[in-house]
Amino acid sequence: MSNSLKFRSLLVVACLLLSFFAIAPTLMQSSLPQWWTKTFNPIQLGLDLQGGMHLVLGVDVDKAVESRIDTIIDQTEAQLREKDIIFKRLERRQGDRLVVLVYDAAEGAKVDALMADEYPALEPETFSGSGGYIEKHFRLSDQEIENIQDYAVRQALETLRNRVDQFGVSEPTLQRQSGNRILIQLPGVEDPERAISLLGKTARLEFKMVDESANLQDAVAGKVPAGSQLLYERNVNRATGATTEKPLVVIDKTVLTGDLLSDANVRIDTRYNEPYVSIEFNSVGAKRFDQITAANVGKRMAIVLDDNVYSAPVIRERIAGGSAQISGSFTSQEATDLAIVLRAGSLPAPVKILENRTVGPSLGHDSISKGIKSIWVGAALVVLAMVIYYQLSGIVAVVALVLNLIFITAMLAMFGATLTMPGLAGVVLTIGMAVDANVLIFERIREEVRLGRAPKLALDSGYSKAFITIIDANLTTLLAALVLFQFGTGPVRGFAVTLSIGIVASLFTAIFVSRVIFDIFLKGREVKRLSI
Amino acid sequence: MQLIKPDTNIDFVSKRKIALCVSIVLIVVGLLSLIVKGGPNYGIDFAGGTLVQVQFTQPTDASAIKDALQKLDLGTLVVQSFGDNQNEFLIRVEQSTTELQSLAQLIEKELETTYETGGVDIRRVEMVGPQVGKDLRTKGLKAIFYAMLGLLAYISWRFEFRFAVGAIVALLHDVTITLGVFSLFGKEIDLPIIAAFLAIIGYSLNDTIIVYDRIRENMGKHHKESFPFIVNRSINETLSRTLLTSGTTLLVVLALFVLGGGVIHNFAFAMLIGVLIGTYSSIFVASPILIFWHQKKQASAK
Repeated sequence: MSNSLKFRSLLVVACLLLSFFAIAPTLMQSSLPQWWTKTFNPIQLGLDLQGGMHLVLGVDVDKAVESRIDTIIDQTEAQLREKDIIFKRLERRQGDRLVVLVYDAAEGAKVDALMADEYPALEPETFSGSGGYIEKHFRLSDQEIENIQDYAVRQALETLRNRVDQFGVSEPTLQRQSGNRILIQLPGVEDPERAISLLGKTARLEFKMVDESANLQDAVAGKVPAGSQLLYERNVNRATGATTEKPLVVIDKTVLTGDLLSDANVRIDTRYNEPYVSIEFNSVGAKRFDQITAANVGKRMAIVLDDNVYSAPVIRERIAGGSAQISGSFTSQEATDLAIVLRAGSLPAPVKILENRTVGPSLGHDSISKGIKSIWVGAALVVLAMVIYYQLSGIVAVVALVLNLIFITAMLAMFGATLTMPGLAGVVLTIGMAVDANVLIFERIREEVRLGRAPKLALDSGYSKAFITIIDANLTTLLAALVLFQFGTGPVRGFAVTLSIGIVASLFTAIFVSRVIFDIFLKGREVKRLSI
Repeated sequence: MQLIKPDTNIDFVSKRKIALCVSIVLIVVGLLSLIVKGGPNYGIDFAGGTLVQVQFTQPTDASAIKDALQKLDLGTLVVQSFGDNQNEFLIRVEQSTTELQSLAQLIEKELETTYETGGVDIRRVEMVGPQVGKDLRTKGLKAIFYAMLGLLAYISWRFEFRFAVGAIVALLHDVTITLGVFSLFGKEIDLPIIAAFLAIIGYSLNDTIIVYDRIRENMGKHHKESFPFIVNRSINETLSRTLLTSGTTLLVVLALFVLGGGVIHNFAFAMLIGVLIGTYSSIFVASPILIFWHQKKQASAK
């Protein structure tokens, strides 16, 4: 008995020591040696407590499929011409298929042969279309569509990660969620609007030749020539804040894209003291840029980002060497952000914001101080109630409660759990419910005492009789907490975590630790009456 | 100190008809409120929309803020004061925008034209798209459903099936009434409220199981007594524990309710109602159902 008591006391002391080691980095991170803070991380605060941004972006994967079809159309058109196959036109239909219109079956067979050669993954179908044409349909298989969509999301995640890294946030989280969703958490981000515009931009950079033959008035009125499109160049007058829009008709076909960039940087134009973004092409891009500029001297080339024209300078001479500049009326931050998105690459498909939760740092601080205040006040009230009701035994329960709080904090640190506002509420709730186990035990002991049992015997049977009840009652709450953990998200999960940890800790302190304290006090002493 | 004298024997069981009436009235009132208001009042987590928490440096009120935002044409606009700070408000808009220029920024700019620049501090923005809202709603309902299923299995295993049914009926009773009270007070159901519901489920069950445990024990000890007598005795024997634990839990929940701040206010409110109802239901709902079941079985045996 005495040996077992020694062992049990040692176990409690060991747990306390371990807790101390685990909690110390949270309380005084800076003054501890490095091995210490490396073994035990400080408790992480959720975004709702430290401030920050929680974003769920949805990748428009259908757009990725469409743009794959468009690429195939571009390439096929060139190949059809190369092979002198006669066709009326090529088009994309229903988002997942390309259609070649031909005049007769012989040409159709040639198209089939070419496509089977070049794109065996496409599923061919033939229809006789209206007006005597033959429609050759080539459809992406479901498997292929799935692959494209999956790849688009992975690619988007990669690009977003690059952008976040360059944005400079400490410890960001980027995760792919179910389907086409991407979760981004940016703790402590100071300018949420900037973060959103940086992350949400598709950043598809295209160079298109200006359609000089088009009539601008007609185009604005809705009559855009076939093969061309109407885009706008937006300029913000920084003095007045007014936006002006300048229409521009460009040829649909993109001559060069941002995929071929190798670098982008902000420079300052010394003449006007205005920032611009200088871009460098990789070797393939440089070669193509060289050819295009050589072939189009004297014409205008529009630099288009996400369907907005940034500028449309006249090509004065052939540009070799593969560098160019994008100017516009930038602020220096806009220029910096543009350089970042160009360096990080474009998103394979546009993204949409599905969920955005942003908490400012001041609110987080408020929440922490209020949460901790509730814990203290709640604990003090419970302590008072227990001591008044159970006297000396109440003090034992209070000691168990204090240890309980220490263990909860330590476990949060050890498991690397994230503390959220609902998590703090979970701790408060645990305090109220933690004493339940002790209440059950004490009530049992009182019953035993009333039956006339000696103190030690009453203690023994009180603990053993209450044990099963306590286990049954707590396991059910634990079950509910685990379900919540499984289905919950974000802060709510934090509640499930602290509730679960709290239940485990309170089982240990209420059943095990409080018994050790009783045994230490009663050891070698002849107690006539329990103070309970 | 003792609240309940050891030989106390309050006749709870005979009052079960009155309790039944009380429960039915509470449930019906809650359901009526839900029907009249067209379902639960979902917050943006479940309904989708945008919520902006703003703090002003100068005193203002909800209608002035509404006027200031008139020009934006935001559709249904709800402005309410928030927390214990006089100049803090929640602005809720049903719209959720997927555009990069967020509603929050628009609102901040618009407010700054009316109030002084820098006098408007956006402290929190939550935007939930309709699809995410729908997903979260399904997830929340699933969580409650699976929790109940798991508990039904656990209690059936540890006790008997009829105990499990009694416990689950008590749980449904608690959650329905809490939901009704929320509807009556016009409070919104958000993600943390689902967490509160699950905590209530856990708590109420905790309470019920302790009474059941005593019934199980007494059934072995006093097998000659009638079943209602055993139930009543068990309730009385656990009464002081029930009151003390409910008391301490209520104390901390009250601390949260008063001191926890606006973010956690509704959560604490739900818990407050839940703990009260949960304590009541383990005495007046979960236990009488056992008796009802017992009597029906006896009647059919004859």
